[in-house]
Amino acid sequence: MEIPRLPLGSWIETGLNWLTSEYSVVTRGISRFTQTGINSLNDGLMWLPEWALLAIIALLCWKLSGPRLAIGGAAGLALIWNLGLWNPMIETLTLVVIATLVAVIIALPVGIAAALSERLYRVIMPALDFMQTMPAFVYLIPAIPFFGIGSVSAIFATVIFSMPPAIRFTTLGIRQVPVELIEAADSYGATRSQKLFKVQLPLSLPTVMAGINQTIMLALSMVVIAAMIGADGLGSEVWRAIQRLRPGDGFEAGIAVVILAMLLDRLTQSVRKTSK
Amino acid sequence: MVDQRPVKIKVRGLSKVFGKQPKKALALRDQGLKRSDILEKTGQTLGLSNISFDVYEGELLVIMGLSGSGKSTLIRCLNRLIDTTEGEIIIDGENIPTLGEKALLACRRRHFSMVFQNFALFPHRTVQQNAEFGLEIRGIAKAERKQIAHTALKQVGLEGWEDAYPNQLSGGMQQRVGLARALANDASVLLMDEAFSALDPLIRKDMQQELLQLQTRMQKTTVFITHDLDEALNIGDRIVLLKDGEVVQIGTPEEILTQPANDYVRRFIEGVDRSRVLTAASAMRPLRTTARDSDGPRTALHRMREHALDSIYVTDRDRQLLGLLEAEAANTAIQEGAESISGYLTQDFCKVPPDEPLHHLFTMFSEKSFPIAVIDEQHRLQGVVVKGAVLDELAKAGEQ
Repeated sequence: MEIPRLPLGSWIETGLNWLTSEYSVVTRGISRFTQTGINSLNDGLMWLPEWALLAIIALLCWKLSGPRLAIGGAAGLALIWNLGLWNPMIETLTLVVIATLVAVIIALPVGIAAALSERLYRVIMPALDFMQTMPAFVYLIPAIPFFGIGSVSAIFATVIFSMPPAIRFTTLGIRQVPVELIEAADSYGATRSQKLFKVQLPLSLPTVMAGINQTIMLALSMVVIAAMIGADGLGSEVWRAIQRLRPGDGFEAGIAVVILAMLLDRLTQSVRKTSK
Repeated sequence: MVDQRPVKIKVRGLSKVFGKQPKKALALRDQGLKRSDILEKTGQTLGLSNISFDVYEGELLVIMGLSGSGKSTLIRCLNRLIDTTEGEIIIDGENIPTLGEKALLACRRRHFSMVFQNFALFPHRTVQQNAEFGLEIRGIAKAERKQIAHTALKQVGLEGWEDAYPNQLSGGMQQRVGLARALANDASVLLMDEAFSALDPLIRKDMQQELLQLQTRMQKTTVFITHDLDEALNIGDRIVLLKDGEVVQIGTPEEILTQPANDYVRRFIEGVDRSRVLTAASAMRPLRTTARDSDGPRTALHRMREHALDSIYVTDRDRQLLGLLEAEAANTAIQEGAESISGYLTQDFCKVPPDEPLHHLFTMFSEKSFPIAVIDEQHRLQGVVVKGAVLDELAKAGEQ
């Protein structure tokens, strides 16, 4: 007897089609809202002259970390400027910032809830495994019918792909708070929310920050891939270089991505250290 | 007497089973099975079984037991950090095990402050903010709680450390912060869970003394958990002795020492007596002066006069004890024109190792009037014991 092939793919497609047609009002609303956010942040960053933004970022590095990061950051940004990749870099930065914001806004409450409820924890953890191990490209496909080609789809896919570490680390951070400190808070009659805001969250902050750092790194890598569905930025420079077989251009854009990644990583890590 | 004092907490028939089928475990207990049998048959641990006692207003009650006796479980049942399985805990007319969530929070805020074995200070808060914690939880205004916390910190001798973080303090100081946090809260009962067990022995003794002083000053109802009988005897107004989750004896330290309820308690206090046996080392004093075998008789005599002695112990270069020189013998040596004292020593004195029991020394004093020499295994002179010191030590031991 032959076992018929499970039509798993077509089920998923039917589901997705239903979602797109039923909730087109919602998706269009989200799309318009996100696009406005992207445009205004992008315009704001572009409005600043290159040297001014460079100086602001260098100053931020100095404040949060020290002279070494400030000098390195300024040199890296100057190179990007020199290579003529400034505008794509700003576009990429915008996508990363917005995707990370959305991811963190969703991840914090979900992470806290999973830390406090054992049942939720058991539901959420496998979902996170799914989100993280599913090849990143796959998310790009349903994003298009939902939000069309372009930056909004890129953000949608990026949020899904980059959110899991922020959730995981938040949950871990809260669960790591020593039992005796929880007992101490309880013994003085703390309510759940007092316990959360006065003990559990402050003590898990360094771990939460580590998660956010991971989220930013994943977001950056995904935003570059999202050039495949028409997202602007450094990724599309790479994409164009591939299509025209110009390795030099490709590496220039690639190096700009690396510089941006290192800058964002060091910056968030120094925030994490000072919050300790 | 003691029993006429008003009762602050009344514990009746308290039991706690760890596991999912507590009823089954309690049924087996009622059939007379032991804790280990119940664990084997049902997989349930009988943590506490049918505990009843009172805590009187203003007393310091010590709950004492070895590890696994259930004492930590018991103190956590009092403020319901652990839910009980059966029984009553009544404080000011409220039965804690049956309180709803809100009432429980209110009850904890009003009645209980807790001090923990490993301090359980909040590492992200300063000493001041730690001391304010209980007040903050209760919603006391900022200025007021700052004032109260400051007073509490002053009480425990931490004035000037307000802005330090816990990890900048020593263990003893950290526990003072823990104590200040509890005192600032001004709840009606102070729960202390092995509060001094993690401290060095010397600091521990200090903290015990300070707690006793605070106790005389403030008359705060205190439940103190310890595994250390010395500590229990030292600070407790009364002691509840736990074994395997059951009460073995309740009484004042004297009652426990003089009328042990059973063999278990008797063995316990035997341990205390043995640890309190005094040895020569405890009464030993360092020598004020000694003479060397190469010294001349005039030097030796001069030293004796200087320290108002009528004899002096003589050692060689390695502090090996050679003998005793009496003043008369030194005089003879001078008259005979001897250059060194080595030929005039006597061996007519008592010498003992440092761990010689003190009561053996009594009989020695009745035979010889010289101070008794204490020597180590290499025959080196460690010190001497004089008659007065022995009596002194014994008198002190009697007081304790």
